[in-house]
Amino acid sequence: MSGMQHSTYTPKSGLGRWIDARMPLPRLMYDSFVAYPVPRNLNYAYTFGGILSLMLGLQIATGVVLAMHYAANSGLAFNSVEGIMRDVNQGWLLRYMHSTGASFFFIAVYVHMFRGLYYGSYKAPRELLWILGCIIYLLMMATAFMGYVLPWGQMSFWGATVITGFFSAIPLVGDWIQQLLIGGFAVGNPTLNRFFSLHYLLPFMIAGVVILHIWALHVAGQTNPTGIEVKSKTDTVPFSPHATVKDGFAMVVFLFFFAYFIFYIPNFLGHADNYVEANPLKTPSEIVPEWYFLPFYAILRAITFNIGPINSKLGGVLAMFGSIVLLFIVPWLDTSKIRSAVYRPWYKLFFWIFIADVIMLGWIGAKPPEGIYPTLALLGAIWYYAHFLIILPVLGLIETPRRMPNSITEAVLAKNGGSAHPAGATAEPHTKG
Amino acid sequence: MRKILHGLAALAIVAAGTVVVAAAQDEKNAEPTHFPMLPPQQLSWSFAGPFGTYDKEQLQRGLKVYREVCSACHSLNLVAFRSLKDLGYSDAQVKAFAAQYQIHDGPNDDGDMFDRPGKPSDHFPAPFPNEEAAAAANGGAAPPDLSLMAKAREVQRGFPRFIFDIFTQYEEGGPDYIHAFVSGFGQNPPAGVTIPEGTFYNPHFMSAVSTHMPPPLQDGQVAYDDGAPQTVNQYATDVAAFLMWAAEPHLQVRKEIGFRVMIFLLIFGVLVYLTKRKVWAEVAH
Repeated sequence: MSGMQHSTYTPKSGLGRWIDARMPLPRLMYDSFVAYPVPRNLNYAYTFGGILSLMLGLQIATGVVLAMHYAANSGLAFNSVEGIMRDVNQGWLLRYMHSTGASFFFIAVYVHMFRGLYYGSYKAPRELLWILGCIIYLLMMATAFMGYVLPWGQMSFWGATVITGFFSAIPLVGDWIQQLLIGGFAVGNPTLNRFFSLHYLLPFMIAGVVILHIWALHVAGQTNPTGIEVKSKTDTVPFSPHATVKDGFAMVVFLFFFAYFIFYIPNFLGHADNYVEANPLKTPSEIVPEWYFLPFYAILRAITFNIGPINSKLGGVLAMFGSIVLLFIVPWLDTSKIRSAVYRPWYKLFFWIFIADVIMLGWIGAKPPEGIYPTLALLGAIWYYAHFLIILPVLGLIETPRRMPNSITEAVLAKNGGSAHPAGATAEPHTKG
Repeated sequence: MRKILHGLAALAIVAAGTVVVAAAQDEKNAEPTHFPMLPPQQLSWSFAGPFGTYDKEQLQRGLKVYREVCSACHSLNLVAFRSLKDLGYSDAQVKAFAAQYQIHDGPNDDGDMFDRPGKPSDHFPAPFPNEEAAAAANGGAAPPDLSLMAKAREVQRGFPRFIFDIFTQYEEGGPDYIHAFVSGFGQNPPAGVTIPEGTFYNPHFMSAVSTHMPPPLQDGQVAYDDGAPQTVNQYATDVAAFLMWAAEPHLQVRKEIGFRVMIFLLIFGVLVYLTKRKVWAEVAH
């Protein structure tokens, strides 16, 4: 409904009216970030969209300055990064902000995505909003992976070797794709050059998709913890000052944790081997991706057997990419008419089991593939797939939802102790998503 | 539905039990397949924690150990003489220190390479002209550069210690490892462990049972003039601290700025929170 609202912007000055008649950008901004109505019952899980915008801005700002001092050449890259750390004014701060920032970007995006899964934010009419988010996530993964190669440490080099090696598993065109990606037969200077170019390009593509993402959000309006659509004006508050100040507070708290890592344990989330310059002749004892890829890495390594014509390598790659593709079709896998897990007791339980499964996969991804771990990885991967392909569709058909309030306002009043129904609220059963 | 869940819960418990049993069996195997055989001892460093600072006297001693012992084989390519001012030396002292080194430079106007005394802007010269020469002179294994060694070595801490490390701000795994490794020679290998020819047993070495590096330090080998004990343990501690500085020269200013940023964010956060409460005061949510 919020997309259809009438603009309430009235320019106050002559210059404002002059601009408004020609290119009404101030009107767009006012309608999107001041007057835009948001549900009054949003909790702090809903502040991570704003936090993600902040992180994207920070990554681009620090990244642009880092690029001024970085040399994208396999003979110079490692020492140019150390030059930033030692001789560039506050270079250590820029680089630690950027490297730790990548991890915190992913922390925020995972909270944001799990919030969407918990409150059913992907259901009609927000499927495109969700898919745009999935595209952003894919672009983020590509950007982070290529960024990790740039310092040209041991883990950069061997991580790039392993990950581009996935593509050679594709039948017929695999080797060609792999050679196109790395610009030769092995990871080397051409790889570093194209990864640097793409690492600089992709964040701006992310920013573009973010604009589409926010556009789609402002057409359908935000969901909220009850999952009930906004029905009347009492259900909402204006974006400014209410959401602005709440998002702002969440950002400061998030920055507090971010700063703790930057200033006190900047290398905690990295790998020590990346402080050793890349050496194509010396394989590290274990090649581990960054923590945010570990669950997918575990799924990749879970397939240790051939399935008919599909060998284990291709099977692992398919399982890994499939686990991301599943996210795109979640809106159609979930058959429940109820949006929010708050009113879905069984879904709520399975949601938390799913979280536990993903954490377990992440833990296994960091372990060497020996002993009990491959078996656990396989069980975890099977559960991951079953959650989306079996539990989500079946649960929607057999689950008895809890009784839902009629409106956001009623839910809020009930929560605040007042059992009073707003006068004239009709008990229209809420059936549609 | 409930039955299915009970089944699943039982399955999860069985799976968890299997993991614990399997892990316990792993422990029993005494064959040294996981390195290091002994975890490094955790020392208390002056630069640890939120208010950590480098102990300049210790760094000066560490520099002396590097110069008189380590630098015979190990380069320190990324460290410039000018940065030794961080250790408390004056401009003149740094100049004199740099001049003790011969730097290969050129070509000059005649097109010839030449040697000249070092300047503060020069970096520590490497002991070998290239990696091949370094390897040839050291039994086939080139001694690694030490500039980043204190950040480039990390013994896995394991669960749950790596989570506690966030709160204790443990980032000293590198210097702890260097200390343990450098002072970890001279012990007798346990029965059944074979030491390959030309290598030296060191239970703290993180890649194998033994290393090509010979025991580098002996008690009394480096003369200290500030009264610090002249023992292998003290040398190892000092050189590990020096290498931490070499790897992270801006650590101290990082922690100082960090404290101010944290205080700012704390106060700003309280103010924004109070504003938020006021804005939302009349809206039940």
